[in-house]
Amino acid sequence: MLARQFDALLEAAESDGGVDFDGLHVARGDDGGYTFATPEHEATDLSESELHAHADGSPHVTNWYFWEREVRRHGSPRRAFLRHAEAADDHAVHERYDALADGMVTEWGQLRIEATVVDDGDGGEVAGDDAPLDGSRRYDVRHVADADHQVEELETYDDPLEARELSKHDDDGMYRPLKTGANMPTGWVFTDLDWRDAVETVELLYPATVANWYREREGTLDIDHWTDTTDRQTGIYGVVSELPREAVEWVAEAACDDSQCVKRREWEYDAGDELAADGGTGAFPCREPCSLVIAAARRWTKLEEEEPREYTFHLTPSEKEQIEGIVDAVADGRVDEIREADVYEDANRYRTRYLRAKLFDDDGNLGGVATEPETHGHDDHDHDDHDGDADHDHDGDGDHDDHDDHDGDADHDHDGDGDHDDHDDHDGDGDHDDHDHDHDSDNE
Amino acid sequence: MSQALVIVAHGSHLNPGSSAPTYEHADTIRAAGAFDEVRTGFWKEEPSLREVLRTCEADEVYVVPMFISEGYFTEQVIPRELRLDEWDVADWDSDGLSADVATYTAEDTGQTVHYCGPVGTHESMTDVLVRRAESVTGDPDVGEGFGFAVVGHGTERNENSAKAIEYHADRVRDTDRFDEVQALYMDEEPEVDDVTDYFESKDVVVVPLFISDGFHTQEDIPEDMGLTDDYRTGYDVPAAVDGHRIWYAGAVGTESLMADVVLERAADAGADVGAAIESVRETTRVAPEADD
Repeated sequence: MLARQFDALLEAAESDGGVDFDGLHVARGDDGGYTFATPEHEATDLSESELHAHADGSPHVTNWYFWEREVRRHGSPRRAFLRHAEAADDHAVHERYDALADGMVTEWGQLRIEATVVDDGDGGEVAGDDAPLDGSRRYDVRHVADADHQVEELETYDDPLEARELSKHDDDGMYRPLKTGANMPTGWVFTDLDWRDAVETVELLYPATVANWYREREGTLDIDHWTDTTDRQTGIYGVVSELPREAVEWVAEAACDDSQCVKRREWEYDAGDELAADGGTGAFPCREPCSLVIAAARRWTKLEEEEPREYTFHLTPSEKEQIEGIVDAVADGRVDEIREADVYEDANRYRTRYLRAKLFDDDGNLGGVATEPETHGHDDHDHDDHDGDADHDHDGDGDHDDHDDHDGDADHDHDGDGDHDDHDDHDGDGDHDDHDHDHDSDNE
Repeated sequence: MSQALVIVAHGSHLNPGSSAPTYEHADTIRAAGAFDEVRTGFWKEEPSLREVLRTCEADEVYVVPMFISEGYFTEQVIPRELRLDEWDVADWDSDGLSADVATYTAEDTGQTVHYCGPVGTHESMTDVLVRRAESVTGDPDVGEGFGFAVVGHGTERNENSAKAIEYHADRVRDTDRFDEVQALYMDEEPEVDDVTDYFESKDVVVVPLFISDGFHTQEDIPEDMGLTDDYRTGYDVPAAVDGHRIWYAGAVGTESLMADVVLERAADAGADVGAAIESVRETTRVAPEADD
């Protein structure tokens, strides 16, 4: 216990009601003597020096100081989160200090947050102003997959702001547009953070999760269901409300699965109209369809407007199963795991090239069957832009799909911000001018 | 009473660099220490505009849009997503360039939100455009013998977009610093494709009034101006085009001095920024390299 911690305790003891926190009671009686009580120990009618003797070395005192003079802010998400990180509401101070000595671990999405405490002797008076105080907590934040690594084996960080850059790409170097995507990169650690930086690091890795977790815990989480969110969309996203309910099930299954996002979906189709798709098991809630889901749903809305047709193909049973296997492999992100020579895998590259060589005609039509019966040629698939020439309409409908608004619906300039974001009409003129269209995602 | 600054921007699902300038300017302002909290929120990234206010503890929040002009985003999307239920664009009383601030209570957090006009129409943006010319030429005194082009997207539908370009071009012209000043557009006359037709000066600095570098500023405009046939092969600065030297600066929004514009917006809205504006102007000053 540092001198300033005792001074603070004395001051608090003098105040109305004294100290009553996490099992610690300190107060000054009418007769001028102090009371010092913990679940393990009680002493009354103490002089100031006797109070000091009782307080010195008591984890209750440094615990009180940490929560009430450093973290403060009762009823705030950050305090609740830090209390959660050491299960403070479930364990008494002595138990917690014992556990914190070894490190208490909380998982938060793919984050592993380990709390420890600076105990007497670690942060002495002589250590200078910057040294952690007795009883202050320190935090280590890393990927759950890196739990067993020594700090030296990982890229170490101490500035929370660096969390933004390191989490921008996955382990394969691909941009992560969804911060709560289940593809947090590994190999890094924020070490020896104080409580403030620990909260900030989590905030930057998983924005707003602490705030929404807290609201859920307090019973005040505001959920915007599918219809709430799509009904308020304007501009190029206005069409999303037309996606059939059945397809919203598929959206949830495709995008809001534990394998794709670490949030737990709490939104449903509508209040009282739950989706059958499982919401997942994440620690923190998802309170509305995110922008990625809305942008994808815009595409699906357009695709769902098409009427099914009957095509006739001749496939061997194994070819049918191979196509199913390819879809599975792509959907599950397993393509890169399939070994080049493993021709027993449906989505093996050579197997797939063989299938294409055998079944596709020169125009890329499966089984030689044109997509549009009246025309010949492969005109309805997205793959024809993969050559990087970047300036073809993806689907031949004269509608450059995701990249711009060509619907002629309400559409607006996004103010020349130059972001070239994925799916907005940049100039709001609703048509497809020279500068909006001729790029594909390869260029982004 | 604590105060927070929230910078709101577009962001992107596809371009990881889109949010970078917003982060950079937020960090500059954070370091200046004028606000208890400095946060960023995005339409396409996280925290979303829908949730950014709840990431702030402050009671007073100054929201500054990192957008170039008044229009759909600043007038509809951002107020809606921030849940400024009382929002009425008339509260800005703007002619398309003059929006400054309107104050509301956010419906879900109860915070007092001072919703500011976009950075792009603030008068101090002119200084950033000029600073961009200094940065790209490495000459703090650049001007004499130089032409200066402000480039905007341009469109027939959103006249405000062009207004901002004209406004700053006029202000740069009024400084009499450059021999010639011209507003150019991607999609309307006068077009940036013909940049050399509009200047007598051998040297021309071209600064796109865009927030972040992306498709338009990195691919379209360099190719349109003839700096390169293929943006992937890059281009020189300056690059020779039709007997002129084009000093292409890229998006103005990436200039460090942009942090000053954000601060000015908040200060105009009543934020107590202390000496932060001077400090930011000082810290974002690029030490220009010697003449090359």
